[in-house]
Amino acid sequence: MKSQIRDRGDVRIVELSGKITIGSGDVKIRELIDESLAAGKKHLVLDLAGVTTIDSSGIGEMVACYTTVTKKGGHLKLLRLSPKINDILQVTQLITVFEVFDNEAEAVSSFG
Amino acid sequence: MNAVEPVSAHLVLASRFENIEVAERALHDLCSAAGCDGDQLYWVVSALREALANAVRHGNHLQPERKVHVDLSVDSGAVTIRVDDEGEGFDPSQIPDPTVPENLLRPSGRGIFYMQQFMNRVQFSRSPGGGTSVLMVKLLQPTTRSSENEEPNPRSR
Repeated sequence: MKSQIRDRGDVRIVELSGKITIGSGDVKIRELIDESLAAGKKHLVLDLAGVTTIDSSGIGEMVACYTTVTKKGGHLKLLRLSPKINDILQVTQLITVFEVFDNEAEAVSSFG
Repeated sequence: MNAVEPVSAHLVLASRFENIEVAERALHDLCSAAGCDGDQLYWVVSALREALANAVRHGNHLQPERKVHVDLSVDSGAVTIRVDDEGEGFDPSQIPDPTVPENLLRPSGRGIFYMQQFMNRVQFSRSPGGGTSVLMVKLLQPTTRSSENEEPNPRSR
């Protein structure tokens, strides 16, 4: 998995690409979110446009990050799901947990 | 999918997560040789990854000397996958439903659910050595979608 971080105002956008799978990408997500929180960034967007595969460990890590960010008073939202990742969030019912956007500007403005 | 000669492979892997990639490559090659299309291949590979992750982590406790045995076969009608570990076995009925509201925020416990969603048949048993054996089948012929299942379901893809 590869990642790239950029900030738009006080919103941090974490672009992920490749595989988010057990033993590699799942741990990396946690590190990226922990680093962002440590830097005072609590408005977080995971841009998943480049993600090809996410396994149950990757999904579990995203859920764990959501919980961590929420407990710190922040928000973690998702941007640009591929059709397959959208399917996975649908069948796992996690689509009811995460706020999902197709457009980056809308995701950024949603934090108010 | 046109009728093709069955193709198969047997792998014996040390219990390391990176070996999931080895099995994924083998299944990818078998399916491609059998003409399995991209969408079907994606979900079958996803199920294989979950079965192997369970075998490596929960079955063999990441001990490389314990092996994961993988049997893959593909013909014109189905992809069949069997994964055996050398662990102590487990009762899959004890895994809680990850989709009920009280479990939605649990960070783990979705692997078997993934497999059940992606494949037409998932069956657990004890392997000859006492570990867990999981048999998974994905039918490659179009199947009628179950009327009680109105949610998007990779199994139907």
